[in-house]
Amino acid sequence: MSAPNLKIEDLRVSIEDKEIIKGLDLEINGGEIHAIMGPNGTGKSTLSAALMGHPKYEVTSGKVTFNGEDLLEMEVDERAQAGLFLAMQYPSEVSGITNADFLRSAINAKREEGQEISLMKFIRELDKKMDTLEMDNTFAHRYLNEGFSGGEKKRNEILQMMMLEPKLAILDEIDSGLDIDALKVVAKGVNDMRSPDFGCLIITHYQRLLNYITPDRVHVMMQGRIVKSGGPELAQRLEAEGYDWIKEELGIKDETVGQEA
Amino acid sequence: MSVDTSLRFDKDYVNGFSSSRQEPAWLQELRLQALESAQNLPMPKPDKTKIDKWNFTDFKHEATGNTVAFNDLPEEVKALIGSEEEAKNVLVIHNGTPVFFAMEQSVKDQGVIYTDLLSAVKEHGDLVKKHMMKAVAVDENRLTALHAALFVNGAFLYVPKNVELTAPIQAVYYQDDEAAMFNHVIIAVEDNSSVTYVENYLSTNENTDSVANIVSEVFAASGSKVVYGAVDNLAKGMTTYVNRRGRADRDARIEWALGQFNDGNTVSDNTTHLIGDGSFTDTKTVTIGRGDQKQNFVAQIFNHGKHSEGYILTHGVMKDSASSIFNGITKIEHGATKSHGEQTERVLMLSEKARGDANPILLIDEDDVTAGHAASVGRIDPLQMFYLMSRGISKVEAERLIIHGFLAPVVSQMPLESVKNRLVEVIERKVR
Repeated sequence: MSAPNLKIEDLRVSIEDKEIIKGLDLEINGGEIHAIMGPNGTGKSTLSAALMGHPKYEVTSGKVTFNGEDLLEMEVDERAQAGLFLAMQYPSEVSGITNADFLRSAINAKREEGQEISLMKFIRELDKKMDTLEMDNTFAHRYLNEGFSGGEKKRNEILQMMMLEPKLAILDEIDSGLDIDALKVVAKGVNDMRSPDFGCLIITHYQRLLNYITPDRVHVMMQGRIVKSGGPELAQRLEAEGYDWIKEELGIKDETVGQEA
Repeated sequence: MSVDTSLRFDKDYVNGFSSSRQEPAWLQELRLQALESAQNLPMPKPDKTKIDKWNFTDFKHEATGNTVAFNDLPEEVKALIGSEEEAKNVLVIHNGTPVFFAMEQSVKDQGVIYTDLLSAVKEHGDLVKKHMMKAVAVDENRLTALHAALFVNGAFLYVPKNVELTAPIQAVYYQDDEAAMFNHVIIAVEDNSSVTYVENYLSTNENTDSVANIVSEVFAASGSKVVYGAVDNLAKGMTTYVNRRGRADRDARIEWALGQFNDGNTVSDNTTHLIGDGSFTDTKTVTIGRGDQKQNFVAQIFNHGKHSEGYILTHGVMKDSASSIFNGITKIEHGATKSHGEQTERVLMLSEKARGDANPILLIDEDDVTAGHAASVGRIDPLQMFYLMSRGISKVEAERLIIHGFLAPVVSQMPLESVKNRLVEVIERKVR
């Protein structure tokens, strides 16, 4: 298996004719964990949704390749089949479908007909991963995200990631709404996946998740662009000093994008 | 183009048809009077669905000489009956003719009568006469009258007093001829008895213009309980008018579990009269519409007795350019004090061209009652689709999961395992 590569060049994304991402470049390789930080409203979640192919976001120009293939030409399910995963900030609730049935469908979707995962093997894997994430067994039989608390939904996103074993995962504010214990559990899940065959993009406002998952690269997003990049020490400085010094350095007054003042 | 609604069948025809089957005079008389009514009565008027261009009156009446032996029935039909072990009380009617019948001795010994309707007319004439066209009246409209004049066969189930049957009584009505399907079912359950009846309607005729005109009459006497499961799966070529009607006496209970999966245009009416004090009914229905079919479903409960309770739960999925009207009607009559009525209709539309309409109607002529309703009609949530597809699930599979999920709250509550399984199977085939 070749190491994954995600390459974003001069990406521009609009929602309802309002440009949110204004020329963004980023490259992530297997074995690397990148973090995108930035205040609210700077386009971080738009980037993740657009990469996955969210129906409301329109890519107006730029180029994104995933393992050399044109990602933007792919349907949502094809992107996932190619190995991309998005842990969503607000996962949908789907009534009447159990978590277990959903996960099995998703795993089998990647397999050829006749090569479906056996029920026994599936249950074994699921139990193991739910143990890692300290999830109660009853989760498997509850309807997908229905009535889950915020923290339960986040754990469920990480469970899906671990079961589906993507080549590149984007975690969109996976840390919001998590207490410190849950945060550690989620970090453990991500760290378990670390390997040369796995790349990860963590989107967050806070440094605290990065205390448990050490990123290789840290990027700061403002006004729909990456305005500063650095190593893990950049995250620490942001935690200590906030974002104002960057705004000052770059002469930015309002860091947000696409919001009516 | 308007369909000619004058009738192809005259007095001589009906006389000859009845005589050739050696029917008793009372039935021949009933048929002839019904025919006369049919010529004068108007068509039924389902609310919000125009049926004036649907063909209900021009058809080939009887299937001709292609009845097969049981062993030659398609696997799909045999699968419905189950293994010989499971098929303990089963009637299979193929193109109007009974081709398979099984009944346990222990059931017979309790005085239960179960047979095809034609045999029942000959062997239990008085009992049939007592119930025939008594829940559904001959002169409700042109199609009920036409049904009485021309019904071909069906089933007759009679359970005497104080008999509790545990094993379900099954029926399969299978049609592979282009002839019409005029099927009539009578279920009469006497005081303090209970029975479960499950029927499957199946046809293969995709293209020829054909008609199904079906009536079921259920009579639940005091303290009795009837569970009635039905899975309708008639092919595209069949235009269907189906009436399933129940009457519950004092403290009687009728539970309906209906899977309405016809592929052709359909008008379906399920009505229960809660006559006696303390009577109860519960109607659960699931539906999937596809292609360009048009359907009209009525689930209707009349509370006449005091302390009577009626519940309706309907979930429908509309695909392609299918359209359906779901009318839920709770009518609480004057004097039905302390009665309760509740209904829920939910419709999910999968495409821009699909149409669904839910009309919950409460008509209450009594002050001292409780009633409630809920209805929703909506399109599939694009964010749900995005979420499922973002896990690598194809669009078709994601829709399949959402449909199953949408129908699950009704399917999982169906009172019978066999009906549940059959529903899941038919839903599976319809969403692929």
